[in-house]
Amino acid sequence: MLEFILSVLRAAIPAGTPLLYGTLGEVYAERSGVLNLGVEGMMIMGAVSGFAVAQTTGNVWLGILAAAFIGGLLALIHAFASVSLRVNQVVSGLALTMLGLGVSGMLGKKFIGQPLATRLQPVNIPGLSDLPVLGELLFRFDILVYLSVLLVPVLWFVLYKTRLGVTLRSVGENPSAADSLGVNVTMVRYLAVIFGGMLAGVGGAYLSISYAPAWIEGMTAGAGWIVIALTIFAIWDPRRALLGAYLFGGVRVLQFRLQPLGISPNLLSMLPFLLTILVLWLSSSQAAKRRIGAPAALMTAYAREER
Amino acid sequence: MKIPRIRFERRLSSPQWLQVAALAVSLLLAMLAIAVIFYALGVNPLVAFQRIFRGGFGSAYGLKETVTKSIPLMLAGVGLALAFKGRMYNIGAEGQLFMGAIVASGLALKFPEWPTYILLPAMFLGGFLGGALWAAIPAILKARFRVDEVLTSLMLVYVASDAVKYLVYGPWRGTDTRGFPITNEFPLAAQLPRLADSRIHYLTLILALLLAVQIYLLVARTKLGYEIRVTGENPDAARYAGMNYQKIALLVMLISGGLAGLAGVGEVAGIHFRLRPPEGISPGYGFTAIIVAWLARLNPLAAILTSFLLGGLLVGGDAIQIALNLPAATVHVFNGVILLFVIAGELFTRYWIRLEV
Repeated sequence: MLEFILSVLRAAIPAGTPLLYGTLGEVYAERSGVLNLGVEGMMIMGAVSGFAVAQTTGNVWLGILAAAFIGGLLALIHAFASVSLRVNQVVSGLALTMLGLGVSGMLGKKFIGQPLATRLQPVNIPGLSDLPVLGELLFRFDILVYLSVLLVPVLWFVLYKTRLGVTLRSVGENPSAADSLGVNVTMVRYLAVIFGGMLAGVGGAYLSISYAPAWIEGMTAGAGWIVIALTIFAIWDPRRALLGAYLFGGVRVLQFRLQPLGISPNLLSMLPFLLTILVLWLSSSQAAKRRIGAPAALMTAYAREER
Repeated sequence: MKIPRIRFERRLSSPQWLQVAALAVSLLLAMLAIAVIFYALGVNPLVAFQRIFRGGFGSAYGLKETVTKSIPLMLAGVGLALAFKGRMYNIGAEGQLFMGAIVASGLALKFPEWPTYILLPAMFLGGFLGGALWAAIPAILKARFRVDEVLTSLMLVYVASDAVKYLVYGPWRGTDTRGFPITNEFPLAAQLPRLADSRIHYLTLILALLLAVQIYLLVARTKLGYEIRVTGENPDAARYAGMNYQKIALLVMLISGGLAGLAGVGEVAGIHFRLRPPEGISPGYGFTAIIVAWLARLNPLAAILTSFLLGGLLVGGDAIQIALNLPAATVHVFNGVILLFVIAGELFTRYWIRLEV
């Protein structure tokens, strides 16, 4: 039994890593007041472009950079539509998800069935990796996993303890006040959304370069939507994003580990989605109780002349 | 560095010609953008567009298929137009369609001895209820607990899709299907008649047209429709005016879910005569229906036309998949780009837009 629990825990971290990247990015985007429902599209584009570039150049890092670039590029479209043109953020994000699913399918067709030729190697941390149990559990992942974990305190610090973070949060809470203090609301929102898209792209690339490692059409399979839910669950706090991502990573792992018990795989694959709904429900009642909620200006476009 | 600023000035009125012109220009630009994407991906856009048009509209066979595919799009699209009008972002029509298909299939398989004039109406009614109940989950969560309906309705698409898979791989798997994950064929009493030499199950088509008119009248002519419009445009104002937000939110979601459920009934009873894995029942009708509704500017009557247009696009999309060896996901490129340009184009009907440098 202990063995089983440990193996689930160990697998939960890589399974949750794409979610962690996506959620950290979405936390920043939403903190600036922009809801990005295009995360699924950005992740899948990250997955396909990351795989394609890594496979053709033989360099994993170029693949990851390409994924970040493509994710950022799609996010730029969302920023232009929702910040500059002020179109409905729900619809714009949805459109980008569709676009990403479509283009990734076309782009990736020739890569289907190819195993990735180069791999990210697990990092051995001298001393820590050799610890009994704990070494196996926590210190034998590749660099992308550690990078995502490292991003949590960094992004938390920036958000709550720096001027930049105050600016970002003020734009999401009260853009007209921020504007009157000389903050360039448009610029901040653009940057936050693009940053979010880049992280989503990297999250997707982690799937196709490290986790799978292959290109499978539609391989994000709703991860981008779970990211949006996790952002709410995280109450827009990077620390809770870590918790949520690994929790969902664990559920994803359980889904496969419980199959031998004779439960239909189709019923088990409902689990993450049902859990998401439950989590959203609980978060909303918790948020209502503690009077915390979404950034006040989330989903509202800002225009100076309509103040 | 000075960034050019885009200034918006609200138009006092938005004439009809402008709305049509904006839509036409948006569609044209969307096609241009799609052409660029295709070109970048190594697909000759002229050949692709020609094949799509010929496939969807260029032959009697193509036109019949286009009408066939417009049926589920019309049902789901009309429902979504209503939901969006009341500002309920039901993104889960695809799942509600699956639930309609499940309930209808269940009735057809469990009660094969019922006469057709009881069985078919029961399937439509059951499918409507199945879709409506599936939509009731996000509706109640939204109306009572303020849980975002975009996410919950979408999550339920995955759950419904898994439920279909579970049934066809498990308890409902047929005995005469040579191992394929499909149910047995429905009894004749549960099969909708079709127009000669086509797959047009005309009873569902007539139902869809009637419902489009009904929903149009509901929105345009009744007190309830007025309340839906006010709630959609300004929920706070609606609340102050004493309108019951929870009732309206629930109602538009239930109706849109029910209509998507009917679309599912039509697919299993009019096309397949059995339940199959989800990708066999719907190539994403529930998602394409979002574009049907938005292209129609949430007008249920206009949705009749736009569902025909997008039906043709789906048929043409199938044609280029085979001819140019493209994946099924290609159709999403069209969906995404068209949606993006249409919502951007809408702005020009509501604002004067100026660029200040």
